[in-house]
Amino acid sequence: MSQLILRDLVKRYGTTQVLHSINLTVEQGEFVVLVGPSGCGKSTTLRMIAGLEEISGGTIEIGGRVVNNLEPKDRNIAMVFQNYAIYPHMTVRRNIGFGLKTAKLSKAEKNARIDEVAAILGMTEYLERKPAQLSGGQRQRVAIGRAMVRDPAVFLFDEPLSNLDAQLRTQMRLEIKKLHTRVGRMMIFVTHDQVEAMTLADRIVIMKDGHIQQIGTPAQVYHEPANTFVAQFIGAPQMNLLKAEGTGTGVRLWNGVEIAVPGIQIAPGRPVSFGIRPEDLKSDASAVLSGTVTVAEPLGAETLVYVDVDGVEVTATAPGRTPPRAGDRIGLGLSGDNAHLFDSASGQSLRTARA
Amino acid sequence: MAQADELTIRATSDTLLRAQAARKQASAAQFVRWMLLFAGGVIMVMPLAYMISTSLKWPWEVYEIGLIPQEPTLENYTYVLEDGRFFGWFVNSLVIATITTLSALFFDSLVGYTLCKFQFRGRYIVFIAILSTLMIPTEMLVIPWYMMSQSFGWLDSYWGIMFPGLMTAFGVFLMKQFFETVPDDFLEAARIDGLNEFQIWWQVAMPMVKPALAALAIFIFLGNWTAFLWPLIVTTSPDLYTLPVGLASFGDEADVAWELIMTGAAISTLPTLIFFLIFQRFIIRGVVMAGLKG
Repeated sequence: MSQLILRDLVKRYGTTQVLHSINLTVEQGEFVVLVGPSGCGKSTTLRMIAGLEEISGGTIEIGGRVVNNLEPKDRNIAMVFQNYAIYPHMTVRRNIGFGLKTAKLSKAEKNARIDEVAAILGMTEYLERKPAQLSGGQRQRVAIGRAMVRDPAVFLFDEPLSNLDAQLRTQMRLEIKKLHTRVGRMMIFVTHDQVEAMTLADRIVIMKDGHIQQIGTPAQVYHEPANTFVAQFIGAPQMNLLKAEGTGTGVRLWNGVEIAVPGIQIAPGRPVSFGIRPEDLKSDASAVLSGTVTVAEPLGAETLVYVDVDGVEVTATAPGRTPPRAGDRIGLGLSGDNAHLFDSASGQSLRTARA
Repeated sequence: MAQADELTIRATSDTLLRAQAARKQASAAQFVRWMLLFAGGVIMVMPLAYMISTSLKWPWEVYEIGLIPQEPTLENYTYVLEDGRFFGWFVNSLVIATITTLSALFFDSLVGYTLCKFQFRGRYIVFIAILSTLMIPTEMLVIPWYMMSQSFGWLDSYWGIMFPGLMTAFGVFLMKQFFETVPDDFLEAARIDGLNEFQIWWQVAMPMVKPALAALAIFIFLGNWTAFLWPLIVTTSPDLYTLPVGLASFGDEADVAWELIMTGAAISTLPTLIFFLIFQRFIIRGVVMAGLKG
């Protein structure tokens, strides 16, 4: 049983600590995405797993073996880089075969492996081309091929889709997911794009300032965010966070509106953050809240409206066919069932809405 | 209807006339630009043309101004090529320039790469120290070089001529700047693929800086091919002269045989021309990139 285990992983540059005691276990065949804003330590974590960064503290275990002091090549990993890192002076065949450079295989065996990988990636007809003659997506396939040919225990991806245009990115995302199903290997994928994280991951690790904020399935991090950071980082547009205080059976919002929140008791007067996603805050005649539309963004199926509610701007959704216009006064309906409550000082979740 | 057509025609011809005028103005500017470039070209080519012209003159005509020889002759070429010494000097120059170029390419890029891609204590100081040697003129260095050669017994030998140029500060600087353009991802990918540091440098980084290597090769080759002062000082036996030193010896204090010197010079530009033709597609790019990065 091959596992990847990070234990109390720490990274320091001089006196600056950039990773604080990272603990993570990745199971065989699992697809884990590390996501967070830039500078959160996700790439550093990945590079430490790869052996490209020194480890300041803690251990990394791959397949039951501590690899802290092993060279990258001895860790049984392969990595795909953001700018592909395929060599411009070599053909596709040589690029893919480069990963086998140190493997003790005969030339025929190597070629067979290369052909097999190229076939999986649909690159067979491009094997004798140079990277300059390939499109961005094809280059990324070559980079993935070079990783695949080594048949590693762990695939590491460092923002591999960032250099592709939006359409190609969606397509490659799908291909990586299919590839994962096919090869069934552990994959660790770093991205700052929460959509990529949600769509690819079996589990998402959300990081900020060198700390793990939450580890969970895409559904968990979306529906049960552990804190306000996760709540606002996952999901677009962002979750609304409104000032409120407890009333015992629910909360009283900053403007005095009381909302019953089932299944939780918050001491009267306790300050909390009341979180509600825009899709749970709908333009509605029942009107728990009301305000003036400042901007309306039609998205087709629905319209995103920014509404000034008693001096606070909230994001809500309205129907796509009969959208309100800027300046309209509208009512917004919501249900306490969909609410997320966070401690207003620490930002930690007090309870999470229905899963 | 006819009136409207006429109006349209007039408007069209107006536009055409205006476009023509603009074109005339543009071509006038173009003309001036070309004339300036032409003048520059003439100035550049003049010495070369004069060299060829002088090499075709008889000794009595050498001091007369005039590009076209009155009685053109190939006598000088016959003399120089039949003089056994010239061929020897040519070979000396070729061997020395080639070995020096290969050595400098190897060491300059190795040091440049190390300074660029490895983090170590004192890296910056080492770089500055290497760079600062660029500020010392050759004329000042020849005395220490000479004393060094004397104590090591290198005087009057190939090694003595070559050793100062086997590694160059300029090359280190140029290569370091170029290696900056090689993204670390390439090196790290190779590291994961299991290459050692030397292999990464040789198999991954070096092919990616070929333009710089070509440019550096031309600079160093030409520099050594035309080097005069140091080879003159370090060699005493005419057998070891390089071309420039040998050519200069085609005269004595009383009488300088310009026609022979020019003939030798004309022949000696041939290898540099060939070298340049081979590498020219790299050199322009190399110089431009060095300029941008520097």
